[in-house]
Amino acid sequence: MRFVARRLGFYLVAAWAAITINFFIPRLMPGNPVAALLGKYQGLPPDSARTLEVEFGIGHQGTLLHQYWIYLGNLFQGNLGVSSSQYPEKVTTVIGQVLPWTLALVGTATVIAFLLGTLLGIFAAWRRGGWLDQSLPVATFMQATPYFFVGLAAIEVLSVKLGVFPYGGGSAIGLSPGFNWTFLSSAFNHSVLPATTIIITSFAGWMLTMRNVMITTIGEDYVLAAQAKGLPRRRIIFSYAARNAILPNIAGFSLAIGYVVAGALLTEYVFSYPGIGLMLYNAVTSDDYPLTQGIFLVISLAILLACLLADAVYVLADPRARTRGSA
Amino acid sequence: MSAAATANQRAEGAAGQSPLAPVLEIEDLSITYRSRAGDVNAVRHVDLALRPGEVVGLAGESGSGKSTLALGAVRLLRPPAVITSGRVIYRGRRIGEGGFDVLAADADELRRLRWREISIVFQSAMNALNPVLRIRDQLGDVIDAHMPLRREAKRARLESLLDLVGIPRERLRSYPHELSGGMRQRVMIAMALAVEPEVVIMDEPTTALDVVVQREILEQVAELREELGFAMLFITHDLSLLLELADRIMILYAGQLAELGSALAIRNATAHPYTAGLLDSFPSVRGPRRALSGIPGSPPDMRELPRGCPFTPRCDFARAQCSEVTMTPLTVGEGHVSTCPFVGQDELAQARAARRRGAAL
Amino acid sequence: MSVAVTLEPPPAAQAALPRGRGRWAALPLKAKIGFAILGLYVLIAIFGPTLAPHDPSATKIVTQAAAPSFSHLLGTTSFGQDLLSQVLVGIRSTIVLGLLAATIATVLAVLVGVTAGYVGGAVDELLMLVTNIFLVLPALPLLIVILGYLPHTGEIATAIVLSALGWAWGARVIRAQTLALRNRDYVAAARETGERAWRIIAFEIIPNEVSLIAAGFIGVALYAILTSVALAFLGLTDVNSWSIGVVLYWAQSQGALELGAWWWWAIPGVLVALLGMSLVLINYGLDELGNPRLRETGGRVDDRGHVILRGRGARVQIVRLRRRRQRHTAVTDPTPVVIEARP
Repeated sequence: MRFVARRLGFYLVAAWAAITINFFIPRLMPGNPVAALLGKYQGLPPDSARTLEVEFGIGHQGTLLHQYWIYLGNLFQGNLGVSSSQYPEKVTTVIGQVLPWTLALVGTATVIAFLLGTLLGIFAAWRRGGWLDQSLPVATFMQATPYFFVGLAAIEVLSVKLGVFPYGGGSAIGLSPGFNWTFLSSAFNHSVLPATTIIITSFAGWMLTMRNVMITTIGEDYVLAAQAKGLPRRRIIFSYAARNAILPNIAGFSLAIGYVVAGALLTEYVFSYPGIGLMLYNAVTSDDYPLTQGIFLVISLAILLACLLADAVYVLADPRARTRGSA
Repeated sequence: MSAAATANQRAEGAAGQSPLAPVLEIEDLSITYRSRAGDVNAVRHVDLALRPGEVVGLAGESGSGKSTLALGAVRLLRPPAVITSGRVIYRGRRIGEGGFDVLAADADELRRLRWREISIVFQSAMNALNPVLRIRDQLGDVIDAHMPLRREAKRARLESLLDLVGIPRERLRSYPHELSGGMRQRVMIAMALAVEPEVVIMDEPTTALDVVVQREILEQVAELREELGFAMLFITHDLSLLLELADRIMILYAGQLAELGSALAIRNATAHPYTAGLLDSFPSVRGPRRALSGIPGSPPDMRELPRGCPFTPRCDFARAQCSEVTMTPLTVGEGHVSTCPFVGQDELAQARAARRRGAAL
Repeated sequence: MSVAVTLEPPPAAQAALPRGRGRWAALPLKAKIGFAILGLYVLIAIFGPTLAPHDPSATKIVTQAAAPSFSHLLGTTSFGQDLLSQVLVGIRSTIVLGLLAATIATVLAVLVGVTAGYVGGAVDELLMLVTNIFLVLPALPLLIVILGYLPHTGEIATAIVLSALGWAWGARVIRAQTLALRNRDYVAAARETGERAWRIIAFEIIPNEVSLIAAGFIGVALYAILTSVALAFLGLTDVNSWSIGVVLYWAQSQGALELGAWWWWAIPGVLVALLGMSLVLINYGLDELGNPRLRETGGRVDDRGHVILRGRGARVQIVRLRRRRQRHTAVTDPTPVVIEARP
């Protein structure tokens, strides 16, 4: 338990760091975007001016520390300001609209990729020299392929040429979100290509690392002992070998999350999928600073949360971690 | 020796078998590790017969092939190991007449043999226990695989197994890293006996432990053997241990037999210079103080072995004909063989006595 | 753009690299292929712009992109620009960026990692805290935000930002190895004899971490290249200076897909993938060097699957060992028995 407490402490510090970085970015950029904003937003209704106050402390003319304090205060009240590109929507509202799409697509696709990759890695290691093992070079190639390239290829083949799947977007135009069959089936239809893209490009990484760790694990004495015990093959593979081999992968999950997010972002862009990644891109390109920073903050905190969950899973999976004091 | 008597009594009860038919018969076994850098003939044409209830010690330096021999005989070695000659026949009481041909069996058939007939206690219990499973699960899965019991019966058996080796019952819920080294080794022993095998192979089971714990465990093992009557193949580099523990001792050098005989004969009527060297390299607690002698030199490179006897470079009695020796075992006494055709037992005994006198402190 | 998380190797398993000429021969095939491909790219990076047949920005009045032909080996863009020239010029920018970012990041990683591992104590804790924070910050979103704010996004700026987010992983790995090495006998001996810390670090510790540092360098280069291509693709970098990502940006924004100009986006994409793959291969090759178990099993078993036993009366008995021919073995198959019939 000390392990979890220590990690929790770390994540709190990291969260604070993310919040603070978020605060400082616009202020550190050359060219003083704040001043630019001021010019840009002259003549806007008082609400946007207030937004500028919230985000940048303009109008208060206080010290940096003062602005930071106001920023923190607003943050903890859940006030992330008002979007300028989608005025008058609040940033939190906008994010709330797109976040579920991303979670649904990316969350599911990542879990599938992880499971698929891990299982394939187990079998590739088990049958050395088998067809799985020999497909490693292909897997290596896929691992290095940029997400968007596969996405583009998928669109080209399956959408443009064959017309099997839709071109992009979250669902058919004109449908409004709701828990009805029409919408859900359309949404599913539109998510097949992006999800497949994510799965194809990311499962290879999981597979290769799992295979490598499995090979090392299979060489351990306890697997030989399991073999000597005459246990059924399934038990040896899963309860003895894989159960131990998966631990580094779980530990590494936290580190892979950064890549998951990057891939999600690019996939949403290529497929015009209405998730938080596409929203971030639109916000940046339309100079919507409040929205940009709001999204960045949400993404950072979400990642930290996911890492914390991965750590908790690790503690559950590895009994040795429960007695060890630190990671 | 009561152990042998017990074993003989058991053997008489078995239907249709002569009381002294070996339970594990290894004949002319050779094992090679194939690699691009050159083949290593780790075991070369070794014969060994293990009789029911008997303790045979397998002694030799690191790399002499003792573990390879034992694990290879039950086909537990991984690629690039290959068995290149010989027969291994197992004749346990549960196997029918004619025995079980280990080398011709496939994976499923071998599973019948594993653990239920022949079990193994590995050297390092910390490495041989699965770190993520509780003790009760690791002990239990072997029961599930070979001797399925209902929940209550299984729990009772697990508890009695821990009692057998002197570990508190609560430890069933522990993980391996929560136990001390001695406890872990005891768990390994309990695990090896869980489904009542006929043969237990112990691969350096106490090497990693301190001497006090070592003694406790060995005493425990001896007791268990008296009680349950299994045969034991005890592998170690510590010959002094075997002199106390084993009925018969086989000494291996560079993958080949050096000497094989009863513990008494090995100690009192040594017939091979290598054995003599081993005997002289550990001190005895009693007796006059003397300087220890070792065996100069180091084991040979197994990829490039010279012709004839591999011990020649390090042997005090080496002569020109040693490179022509064919390494066939020669009988030097009742059930006592040696592969050195030149040095007699008397000559060895005299040489050793002279050395001891010269080395007296 | 999934990059395998190269796991921290247990320090004991790090085999020392063979010295001298043996080093090249000892590399597994994977790594050699990787180096070969990478070498090709570096050559193109050096000579590409001079070899380019046309000015990559030179436009011709066309309405549609043209498929590959003799005059334009890789086809043209919808502006009539020669794709081959764009690619030849663009590779240089991509490679330079990758190597630059990798160098900066690796230097940082070594500085932080070795210091943390060697000095230990509070310094170690502090450095690791900072490292871990950098590790969990999401790279691409942060880069998008930063580049979105920056008025001009030259190569150097991008390289600096990329390396600022890429050094953390290497630092952790190097620290772990330094910790392990610090407690080795020869290092302890050097400390005892009063050798100065920087000398110990430079001559005892770092030479034994070379393979780790190399692997880290390759890893950051991979991440930097893929990320920079992604950023260019999104149009966040200078779209008038040619790099592979920029080519893809123009392909996307000019609707190459709708035009059916597959060469415009497929070829640059494959080029990036190949470059990435070469780096991944090198990394896995280096992995195998340090952990021999990962190599292809050296011992190939006779795969006829037959055992020939010589019985007592010289009768030859053939026993089928496996049920069907297998070219591979499941790891826990029983030890194979291959008895050569003696003549």
